[in-house]
Amino acid sequence: MAIEVREVSKRFGDFVALEDVSITVSDGALTALLGPSGSGKSTLLRIIAGLESPDSGEVVIEGNDVTDAPARSRGVGFVFQHYAPFKHMTVHDNVAFGLSVRKRPKDEIRARVEELLGLVRLSGLAGRYPSQLSGGQLQRMALARALAVQPRVLLLDEPFGALDAQVRAELREWLRRLHEEIHVTTIFVTHDQEEAMEVAEQIVVMNAGRIEQAGAPRELYESPRNEFVMSFVGPVNRLGDAFLRPHDIQILPESNGTGTEALVERVVHLGFEVRVELKLHDGRDVWAQVTREVAHELELTEGQILSVRLPAPHVFAR
Amino acid sequence: MLGKGLLGIYLTVLVLLPVAALLAKSGNGGIGAFWREISNPEALAAIKLTLAASAIVVIVNAVFGTLVAWVLVRDEFPGKAIVNALIDLPFALPTIVAGVVLLALYGKNSPVGIDVAFTRASVVGALLFVTLPFVVRSVQPVLLELDLAMEEAAASLGAGPLTVLRRIVLPTLAPAIISGVALSFARAVGEFGSLVLITGNLPFKTEAGSVYIFGQIQNENLAAAAAVSVLLLLAALLVLGLLGFAVRRRSRHVL
Repeated sequence: MAIEVREVSKRFGDFVALEDVSITVSDGALTALLGPSGSGKSTLLRIIAGLESPDSGEVVIEGNDVTDAPARSRGVGFVFQHYAPFKHMTVHDNVAFGLSVRKRPKDEIRARVEELLGLVRLSGLAGRYPSQLSGGQLQRMALARALAVQPRVLLLDEPFGALDAQVRAELREWLRRLHEEIHVTTIFVTHDQEEAMEVAEQIVVMNAGRIEQAGAPRELYESPRNEFVMSFVGPVNRLGDAFLRPHDIQILPESNGTGTEALVERVVHLGFEVRVELKLHDGRDVWAQVTREVAHELELTEGQILSVRLPAPHVFAR
Repeated sequence: MLGKGLLGIYLTVLVLLPVAALLAKSGNGGIGAFWREISNPEALAAIKLTLAASAIVVIVNAVFGTLVAWVLVRDEFPGKAIVNALIDLPFALPTIVAGVVLLALYGKNSPVGIDVAFTRASVVGALLFVTLPFVVRSVQPVLLELDLAMEEAAASLGAGPLTVLRRIVLPTLAPAIISGVALSFARAVGEFGSLVLITGNLPFKTEAGSVYIFGQIQNENLAAAAAVSVLLLLAALLVLGLLGFAVRRRSRHVL
């Protein structure tokens, strides 16, 4: 195992940031810590990096107990949410920092920095200062800086949080490919389930300082262990204790009388996806997600009465 | 347009005219007379003392001013707000009062057993007192804004605390330290009130430039007073210019 966190707890004053949290991350895996803000995901990441120390519990990296080791000797690369560029240094010097601290020969440093800047596609910008870079470029510089010292583990705190939507999508894709290329054990923190699903091989869902569920994206989506995971990893309809995914609700042509009768209250076109808000015959509200084609075929209009087939709902023990 | 005009009038009345008058006065007897006044041994000793003491003040302030700012920003301790308010006291106190207080405290009948009255140490001490706020107040806001993540990033890349200080923190603070230090220097060169009592004004020993000027004015030797003033002014301008250049160079990419 590359990283093992064992029963870690952390408080800040009265606030319980983490309570008895344990995770294991296998060698070379790409893992997402997913949760709402205040769920403790960033604290957990900072504890693994040694930027925060746990009140109790252990952190083991590649078999070594590093719980009491300072950040500088953990061999961990950390990419900060706002990149934390060294503003008074050029891009080259930023990336070279870890190597120059280790007093590597100048030639070696220059070659390695060049190689890394190529990897993160910043080759022509070595002489620039951080204030002259865009958000996406800063992000990639921060990544190159963290990778320069060949960390055993790469940790990223909300790596795409501060970027606009398009750059975000691009970088996500790029990070996944980069990971395939260099295969360093990676953990990133995010509050965006789509981002976690798209990039990670394993997702750890956190809430209120605890781990709700850990597993492959598909596993979490298809068999969520509880209400929180169910509603956090995707859209849901709630009918009493039962939870339904909107895309599992099937809308049938009127003539077909086998389903539950429902009134179309609103049809919202969101590009490829169409959101249909329905009132069931017993007065409960649900919404269904259908494709444009289906909406077109059924000629969905507001005020229309049709029938729907509800899937077997997820019901969680209290 | 109006703004520039107003600024022009304002600066002319406040700065330009007085400086011009001073230059005119010092140049009254021609360059020869100016040179004679400057090379008077007593004047020379006073100028040297002022510049040397101001240089020491610059160095001490750079170190301790930064340290005080650091403690006030990064550490928590009871009474911090009071200490923080105390820093500005040297600004609020008429400097002659500062001189009286310093003399009472560090003079002949010192209650704390330190008697530096009439020594060169007293010159430096008094100057340090009146220039204390400059570096502290210029470094403090920068330190408050300093991104802690930058230090954490350096640590995670393998840097120890000293390396972080030397390669990350100090370079970031440098522009603020330099501008604080420049103001300290300018103030120290011109300081009069706090010096006049505690230093004893012994010619060739503890007589600072400003006090020498005052003496010459009292003796109605205005040419000498003006000449020494102009020289001190030039020294201050030179240092302010050099340090200003250093700040611009350093802060180009930081701000």
